[in-house]
Amino acid sequence: MTDASAAPAATSPLITADGKPLKAALGRAQRRARRRALFLVLPLLLFILVSFVLPIGQLLERSMHNDFFSANMPRTVEWFKTHRPGTAPDEAAYAAVALDLQDAAKARTAALAGTRVNYDLPGTRSLFTSTARKARDMQPPYKEALIAADPQWGDPMLWATMRRVSPAYSDDFYLAALDRTRDVHGDIVPMPKDQRIYVMLFERTFLLAAGITFLCFLMGYPVAHLLAVLPLRKSNLLMILVLLPFWTSLLVRTTAWIVLLQREGVVNDILVWLGLIDNNHRLAMIYNQTGTIVAMTHILLPFMILPLYSVMRPIPPTYVRAARSLGATSWTAFRRIYFPQTLPGIGAGSLLVFILAVGYYITPALVGGASGQLISNLIAFHLQNSLNWSLGAALAALLLAAVLVLYWLYDRLVGIDNLKLG
Amino acid sequence: MKKLTLLTTALSALALAAHADTINVVSWGGAYGKSQVEAYDKPFTAKTGIDVNMIDADNPATPLKAQVEAGNVTTDVADVEMSDALRYCDEGLIVPIDPATLPPAPDGTPAAKDFLPGALQDCAVASIVFSTVYGYDTTKFKDNPPTTIADFFDTKKFPGKRGLRKGAKVNLEMALEADGVPAADVYKVLGTPEGVDRAFKELDKIKKDVVWWEAGAQPPQLLADGEVAMTTAYNGRLFNAQVVDHKPFKIVWDGQAMEWDLFVIPKGAPHMKEALEYVKYATSTQALADQAKWIAYGPARKSSGPLVGKFMDGTTEMKPNMPTNPDNMKNAFVVDSGFWADHGTELEQRFNAWLASN
Repeated sequence: MTDASAAPAATSPLITADGKPLKAALGRAQRRARRRALFLVLPLLLFILVSFVLPIGQLLERSMHNDFFSANMPRTVEWFKTHRPGTAPDEAAYAAVALDLQDAAKARTAALAGTRVNYDLPGTRSLFTSTARKARDMQPPYKEALIAADPQWGDPMLWATMRRVSPAYSDDFYLAALDRTRDVHGDIVPMPKDQRIYVMLFERTFLLAAGITFLCFLMGYPVAHLLAVLPLRKSNLLMILVLLPFWTSLLVRTTAWIVLLQREGVVNDILVWLGLIDNNHRLAMIYNQTGTIVAMTHILLPFMILPLYSVMRPIPPTYVRAARSLGATSWTAFRRIYFPQTLPGIGAGSLLVFILAVGYYITPALVGGASGQLISNLIAFHLQNSLNWSLGAALAALLLAAVLVLYWLYDRLVGIDNLKLG
Repeated sequence: MKKLTLLTTALSALALAAHADTINVVSWGGAYGKSQVEAYDKPFTAKTGIDVNMIDADNPATPLKAQVEAGNVTTDVADVEMSDALRYCDEGLIVPIDPATLPPAPDGTPAAKDFLPGALQDCAVASIVFSTVYGYDTTKFKDNPPTTIADFFDTKKFPGKRGLRKGAKVNLEMALEADGVPAADVYKVLGTPEGVDRAFKELDKIKKDVVWWEAGAQPPQLLADGEVAMTTAYNGRLFNAQVVDHKPFKIVWDGQAMEWDLFVIPKGAPHMKEALEYVKYATSTQALADQAKWIAYGPARKSSGPLVGKFMDGTTEMKPNMPTNPDNMKNAFVVDSGFWADHGTELEQRFNAWLASN
């Protein structure tokens, strides 16, 4: 019985001073603390939601959704829905197009529908605008009237394209972003050779970003080490040298590289003066891939050095000394004792530099010339020049997806817990 | 999201509405923006009491589209290129402007007759003609200066790097001209697949020697740095480098590509009435002639031509430096925006692919 008498005492609820069960009181107090914490982070949460999550969501939607055609040519879309693919357009189809164009002419939206078709079949935008202008006076039979307005209305490729673009949601822009398109039968085929560009640019972007990350690691590691082992006064001075360019405007630094590296620039002048190169054979170090790599490596270097430094600083020098005293060569001591402890910093720095490099825009635009262009430059081109926002969004979404995949791979291989940013 | 952006812009609009008589004009900045401030904005404010807030953009058409699509327009007037003016008019993003409401020339000629052909569009009123020309460094070609557009594409006879705008528009046309196509037939040839191949083949000849530029301020800089021996550029920028910065540059007008800059008013502009007043004032005969005092772009009105005098330095005659000067127009073409609206997607894509391949 003595064993059993202890049991009720253990299970009977603990009571607080004011007679409430401790568990409930504790829960309430924690809930209140959690609520207060939530209120504290609420502004940030809302800010992220509004300025980050929603726009990205919108962007993702835009890459699949384009209602330029479907919203402005409702009758035609209806005809495509009710007739199987491959059906030759009949009088009803032509009537639908003619009536839609009449409405579009009134609402000034014919160009929108034309623009959407034009993305997939170049040269058709003006077909829509010019036909819309004539559509007002069209009489049945519409087939003859439309073909009289422009013979292209009899082209099966045009009808196949219109069918393809008639749903508001489609994977067309993703296909285009991967240098693919659909033929007249709806099968996915590669683009003509002289129109392929994006896959190659994605490859180049990732290769360059990887190369830049590696260069940053090579140059940043010794600097970070020096920063970590020097006496504080000296290391602070050195730190300023790292941070000063970091605080300088990106544009200023990029332009400075132009001044240094251009054909008539400082570096070439010195090389010519030293007699290392001939005046007529000055090196082309900018407006090409070399320029992009040099400028981006310099700009991204602090993002490698700072996480490395923050990881190296707290590593006690006694570890390496102990290894040396036990007979390890300096190389072995570095390889087996010091280096493994800096891995979290390498991981953090590499991930930061790589992700920043993949999306870099302004530096390659200024110093990249033709061979140093990255995918972000084409995204900017579609957002600012061609105004094909859906294609720009699809490219951006692919870039985002690729970065997320890499992040996931990193987590699997290295483990995200091994990341130290400071 | 839409509601939210509406809210935020409503708030910012509220802040702006505090001065009810301020209109927002989006333009290109730089020397061009300054010419507009001096010739249009200051006298306009003096005359009407309406303040003008100039906003710079890389391409004013881009924010305009974003504003109208999001339903929160803060722009009252934008200065855009022809291709964008046509495109936006067709898409209903900008409002029609009746030429009959524009002021007549001082001699009473109605605006519709006074403007140069093509300067008045359904939804846009042109202010100036600018042109893409090429310029060279006279110190590099002393005895044997280039004189034709073909010389630009001939690196054997005229060695040195070239500067070209990174884009298909204008470059393809100039390549065809260099290959012997007369200015008048450029778009007929470029409309055929063979013509496009021909243009790219001509560009192939100089591809390895080209430094590509994007912003209008870059080419004079490239030329001044000795980075290129000759480069295409907007004529006004080269003129400023010549006259204001005293650079040893010379412009070759042969094969020049002329384009319009036009004023448009977005649908839903917050100060529609004042915006229209501004466009009327800015495109009046005297205002257009005054602008030439600040930059070497040609006025869109015939009646402004005779009023064009000297540059602000007080010594340089502007007339010989205008794209519209008859001597400069001997082998000129006007960029066909309709053509580019139709074929831009395909040609720019091919250009980008061509550029990225080695």
